[in-house]
Amino acid sequence: MIINVIQNLVDAISVGSLYALTALGIGLIFGVMRLINFAHSELLTLTGYTLLLLNSEPTAVAIIGGVVVAIAIALATERVVFRPLRGADPTTLLIASFALSFFIQKTLALTVGSKTKGIDVLPQLGAQIVIGGVRFQLLKVVTIVVTIVLLGLLSWFLKRTRYGRQMRAAAENFRMAQLLGVRANLVISLAFAISGILAAAVGILFVSQSGFLEPRMGLQLVAIAFVGTVIGGLGSLTGAAVGGFLVGAATVLLQAVLPLGLREFRELFVYLLVVVILLVRPQGLIPAPGLRQRV
Amino acid sequence: MTNAGLRLLRAVWPLLSLALVVIAIAMIASVAPITGQRRVAEAFVTLVAVVGLYIFVGNSGFVSFGNVSFMAIGAYVSAILTMRPAAKAVFLPGLPELIKSAQWSAVPAALAGGCVAAVLAFLVGIPLMRLSGIGASIATFALLSITRIGIGNWDSVTGGQNSLMGFPIYTTVWIGLAWALLAMATAFFYQETRSGLILRATREDEVAARAVGSNIHRHRMIAFVISAFFSAIAGVLLGHYLGVVRIETFYLDLTFNIVAILVIGGTGSLAGAVFGTIAISTMAELLRHVEIGFQIGDLHISAPAGLADVVVALGMLLIILFRPKGITNGREMPWPFHSGKSVTTGNPAHSNANGTQVFAGSDLVSEQRPSPQ
Repeated sequence: MIINVIQNLVDAISVGSLYALTALGIGLIFGVMRLINFAHSELLTLTGYTLLLLNSEPTAVAIIGGVVVAIAIALATERVVFRPLRGADPTTLLIASFALSFFIQKTLALTVGSKTKGIDVLPQLGAQIVIGGVRFQLLKVVTIVVTIVLLGLLSWFLKRTRYGRQMRAAAENFRMAQLLGVRANLVISLAFAISGILAAAVGILFVSQSGFLEPRMGLQLVAIAFVGTVIGGLGSLTGAAVGGFLVGAATVLLQAVLPLGLREFRELFVYLLVVVILLVRPQGLIPAPGLRQRV
Repeated sequence: MTNAGLRLLRAVWPLLSLALVVIAIAMIASVAPITGQRRVAEAFVTLVAVVGLYIFVGNSGFVSFGNVSFMAIGAYVSAILTMRPAAKAVFLPGLPELIKSAQWSAVPAALAGGCVAAVLAFLVGIPLMRLSGIGASIATFALLSITRIGIGNWDSVTGGQNSLMGFPIYTTVWIGLAWALLAMATAFFYQETRSGLILRATREDEVAARAVGSNIHRHRMIAFVISAFFSAIAGVLLGHYLGVVRIETFYLDLTFNIVAILVIGGTGSLAGAVFGTIAISTMAELLRHVEIGFQIGDLHISAPAGLADVVVALGMLLIILFRPKGITNGREMPWPFHSGKSVTTGNPAHSNANGTQVFAGSDLVSEQRPSPQ
């Protein structure tokens, strides 16, 4: 019984971690340019397909390849699509990223086909490990560890480094930051590159967990992470991570708690929870200061 | 014509001109071969869906990714109500007795679909409309997932992942036209009402509109409910066009298609919804032929399947980058005749009756304020 509870908790934390990382990547970009980036999902997907492409290479090469592709695409989309739109209102940016996301997704479907492909990345991680008499899948533990490491690195970067401070300043008040000498292009490109790294990490972990690839897999994951960023509080990075984590973890816990007949509806209950949270706190759990337009 | 009559004609001209265009298309289609008629009927279904979306997006200025949920609800409600009772008893044992034994005719079933969606939109709107605009847009995405999970798993009532069949296929060119005209007229007259005008004011400047006492939540809600009704009607028509209702139909691809059409046409005007639909439907039809391929001498040329999707996505991107207000530039149909009177005495930025600027000089006033960035 108690073992079961611990296993479910580990499951919940590992899924929650994936959504937290996804929501964080989205929240980072929203912070610096008020863009809700649908195309974040395509970074995940493209990382997955890169792994497939490099399947015969050593694992390390495949992983590095996946990360490089995600960063490159993130930077390219910033340069080609989002930079010309900088300063446009959030709805225009939202639609632009929506279009971009579908453009990448449909181009992918056109070139590699829309059929689901099986893939086995990191088969070593399928093993079970035993800690204190409780069995865990190694992959789940690795997911949690990777998330903690990335969160640590990100928070070190944001709090302790020069560019991190600039990024936080830009997120709080972009124009003021620019006046004080923060270079907009650099900070925004950097944010995109980091979101690429986060997306690649999620892509690799998600694909090794699910074992399949299809052009629209990213969007389904990101759609849930979006909800996480909203309940966490748009514009707040901590909020994004917490919101993403809660949504992901709640899905798994409900799966364990709900009676058999209701399990397939578990996401409905998650969304009901979301509705309740939004009714009580429309600005999210951890609202960002200064998001509302000042006049 | 009398002066008053002329003024009235001029006031409804943006609607009338679009209606004439749509009716002309229907008349041409009615003498076309049967496959052509099917395509035009399909385009009218799309038109109802796009106009339905426009009623909310065009007036409030926020994107909804959730309207396809209402399409799904409309399609399911109407399909279930018009199915043969014998089929229902076998496939949908969980239905209440009253519905299981009933077989409604087309129009009441369609209206029922629209009303169920409208009520749901109201309930969903309570938490949704309280969110900041951009948050609400994203939350509508959740709506899409909710209906997908709900309908897709409620096996005994909706058939779950299975297709619903056994209901009449009635969506012809004329039925499509009738609903399209009704949707367009509703959209046009709504944006002329006080509520529509206030909502448009909040779209232009939320803070200013709030400052003069506009109840933003209420007017967003009104538009959302009307929008849901017509989206549901589009779903009803789609179901009775295809003859099959599957939950997979009502997901991301359809959402993308409808949002893309509205953005390409221009979210700011009813003309945008209509011309966007005409442009994309025509292009999709052309590309369909290219995908099938054609013969030049001995050479068979064909494009890979899925090309149309890529072209629509690319078109949408290019529009946002280079013509952000869409092909209609956010304007309604301009009055085609020169009337010396209003040009000499009017102020340079004329508005037509629905509050959207129609003359070139209006670019000065409709110009976007610099954003906070």
